[in-house]
Amino acid sequence: MLPLSSGGGFTPPTIQDFFPEPILFSGTWFEFDRIQLVRMLMALFLVGVFVIAARRAKLVPGRFQAAIEWILDFVRTAVAEDILGKENAKKYLTLLTTLFVAILGFNLTGVIPFLNIAGTSRIGLPLILALWVYVMYIGAGIKKHGVGGFLKGSLFPAGVPAFLYVLLAPVEFLQVFVLRPVTLALRLTANMIAGHLMLVLCFGATEFFLVQEAFPAMKVFGALTFVSALVMTLFEIFVAALQAYIFVVLTAVYISLSIADEH
Amino acid sequence: MSSLILAAADTVSGNLATIGYGLAVLGPGIGLGILIGKTVEGMARQPEVAGQLRTTMFIGIGFVEVLGLLGLITGFLFT
Repeated sequence: MLPLSSGGGFTPPTIQDFFPEPILFSGTWFEFDRIQLVRMLMALFLVGVFVIAARRAKLVPGRFQAAIEWILDFVRTAVAEDILGKENAKKYLTLLTTLFVAILGFNLTGVIPFLNIAGTSRIGLPLILALWVYVMYIGAGIKKHGVGGFLKGSLFPAGVPAFLYVLLAPVEFLQVFVLRPVTLALRLTANMIAGHLMLVLCFGATEFFLVQEAFPAMKVFGALTFVSALVMTLFEIFVAALQAYIFVVLTAVYISLSIADEH
Repeated sequence: MSSLILAAADTVSGNLATIGYGLAVLGPGIGLGILIGKTVEGMARQPEVAGQLRTTMFIGIGFVEVLGLLGLITGFLFT
């Protein structure tokens, strides 16, 4: 993923990094490229980890099981039960846990050596996840209040003077039916794009200063960019976890807004 | 005078989108500062509601941050 050095000087990363050459089925609808390969590897890895964890589940957890349980417990207590409440949490725990683990995994491929691109850094995967959330929170609202009740509850919030509904209803409509899923998907994708570009920039500059630059004093800058690249890698791991957390928290909030009782 | 400006324009190359993104991150930057600062203030005053404050802060961060990221992607889209 690093800009290749063909003696052509420093090449900054471009948006083309996210649209690599297809490696299979080129020209058909099933074009298969590097990012999809990375996604597939990560999906297999996640399924494998959880199958193994479920098979070997013991009453007294070992270190591996304890780590998995910590993640599952984090989603249950810090996200689901905190926002949705104990009774509702059970129903949506599967959704939230799947989202959290999947997004965390696909985000982390961005910093794993040789994979080096986040599975979520192209809009497709986040869009599917956001659509799933969209269907779930609208479905939850309709199941609880019926179509009319859900629309009334979300478009005409209580406690507002009636004449303000002229302004408020269209804004709320846009918010509930368009902006929520779009921003969910965009936030994740744009974060991963920005992170990847920043990493490539740092490592590319390091390669340029240390390998291509002939003037010895410039190597100092190479050391500087290398250190900053390492720091950025740590920061990207933090961002990967943070984005997974924000995604599930917002999902839980949207669901809880949908099923909230009117006052 | 105008020839001076033209000469200056000839030497400056690059993309205006870069400046645009610089401007675009100002707002969210200020927003995040206020948001997180106020949360810390709240936590210091009432440590017992720290968990709740943190969750609310992250929700808010999600909304503010997307503005800055919109600036990033529009830079790519409209060039």
